[in-house]
Amino acid sequence: MLLYEMTLSKLHDELTSGRISAMELLDGVLKRIASTDSKLKAYLRLTEEEALKAAKAADARLLAKEGINPLLGIPFAIKDNMCTEGISTTCASKILDGYVPAYSASVAQRLFNFGAVMVGKANMDEFAMGSSTENSAYQITANPWDLSRVPGGSSGGSAAAVAAGQAIFALGSDTGGSIRQPAALCGVVGMKPTYGLVSRYGLIAFASSLDQIGPIAKSVTDAALILNAICGHDPMDSTSLKVGTSDFTQGLEAGVKGLKVGVPKELMGEGIDDGVKAKVEEAIKIFEGLGASVKEASLPHSEYALSAYYLIAPAEASSNLARFDGVRYGHRTKEDVEDMVDMYSKTRAEGFGAEVKRRIMLGTYALSAGYYDAYYGQAQKVRTLIMDDFKKAFSEHDVLISPTTPTSAFKGGEKTKDPLSMYMSDICTIPTNLAGIPAISVPCGLSEGLPVGLQIMGKALDEPTILRAAYAFEKEFNFSERPKL
Amino acid sequence: MSIDKREVEHVALLARLALSEAEKESFTKQLSQILDHAGKIAELKTDDVEPTSHPLPLKNVLRADEIKPSFTVEEALSSAPSKENNMIKVPNII
Repeated sequence: MLLYEMTLSKLHDELTSGRISAMELLDGVLKRIASTDSKLKAYLRLTEEEALKAAKAADARLLAKEGINPLLGIPFAIKDNMCTEGISTTCASKILDGYVPAYSASVAQRLFNFGAVMVGKANMDEFAMGSSTENSAYQITANPWDLSRVPGGSSGGSAAAVAAGQAIFALGSDTGGSIRQPAALCGVVGMKPTYGLVSRYGLIAFASSLDQIGPIAKSVTDAALILNAICGHDPMDSTSLKVGTSDFTQGLEAGVKGLKVGVPKELMGEGIDDGVKAKVEEAIKIFEGLGASVKEASLPHSEYALSAYYLIAPAEASSNLARFDGVRYGHRTKEDVEDMVDMYSKTRAEGFGAEVKRRIMLGTYALSAGYYDAYYGQAQKVRTLIMDDFKKAFSEHDVLISPTTPTSAFKGGEKTKDPLSMYMSDICTIPTNLAGIPAISVPCGLSEGLPVGLQIMGKALDEPTILRAAYAFEKEFNFSERPKL
Repeated sequence: MSIDKREVEHVALLARLALSEAEKESFTKQLSQILDHAGKIAELKTDDVEPTSHPLPLKNVLRADEIKPSFTVEEALSSAPSKENNMIKVPNII
């Protein structure tokens, strides 16, 4: 097996036993990038120089047996909406062209401290708005399983890189499904932790009450190991939860015998592709075979989740993106301007792409006088109803399972002209963001040669249970197909 | 709920976005379509429902008022598109 195909856990054994060095591993991954990224375009920029330094430092730590941890010497990709000191960070937007942060996001800093090796910044939908990575201002990423299809979004670069062996793991961010949806479409594991479990300091905000950073990995164990490294309280983020650190790999093998699994009927009905539904039904049988009790569940307000989300997320985005005004950093218009308002308006018109403008407009409208109560206010009330649905469902079930996405990877360009149909891609993932609860997507097979994701949702801070369920499924199902690139 | 071009122009001004004529046209159409769909939430009776703005029960988060190192002027200005004498330069305001 080639190095870049191995899981993080396996590579850790290889590194600590001395069978390979961090430099050899990095070399394997960089060669893989060199031979595939002209087709895939998963990376916006590589950080080879920094990676070589980090790999050398990791080898020194391995040799001295100091600071050994599962992430030491492991090459990873990071979505380009997380700040990295001294390294250009653009959010795949022209408005941040050339922006070089003076600090690193807490998650990035933690991974650097663990000795993980950043190989590059992954492509994404501009400001994390989109479900196909076609909204990047710089390049379009392809799905490694079929280059004519999208990798999902907005963490499409991160998911494609992991699926193709261009990184051993990656970090993504999930506002309405942006980790789980691309993980599902690329056949890898993606996890959105409980809101507040992972610090958002240094993540360029899209919708602050929904955004959460999480791992994209090749296995459930790997996702747990990455979560171990990035979770925990951060005084730099006022929404960071004060919960102690845990070892999320503990208890993975406990199995699902007696686990109460609910299948929300609203997420298995209309709009879910037959091929996807068939795979999820097979997964349900596997859970039953392992001794879990599976019953129908209900999230009665799910049909309103998409509407609430597309008012709340743009409302928050329109406010967060007000900071991009061409004054302190990023792009500023070169045209003659009459006054400051003119400068802001021209700068923003030149810097933002179509989807970002659309959402800023939508959010500004939803928050404007006369419409606030009917749109934003009502959406916030619907959010309460959705949270209550989950509370009720979790009083009867330990976890909920559903498809991660209504379809497998769609063709590039297929939905770009119709924003509403693109928004539907996140219909199964959005409710959990509104409720702030954790969810994971694991591969559950192929439909017409394309990966299908199974979503497992849990109560707030009940990551151990969803990881345990995902691990039991992964072990039994043993998804071993890989994209042929 | 539909939105007309005049409203699109007003919202664009509020959002500080100089839109082209073509953008105004397409946003008028697309925003109406999205708002139509989003307007579905009006069907729900929510008189007794409290709004949720955030999934966490957030209270004030305070820290000790201590002096800590911060960015130097050079660092703070390192990404500014236009600067002069340790200040950010902008067009005339008055």
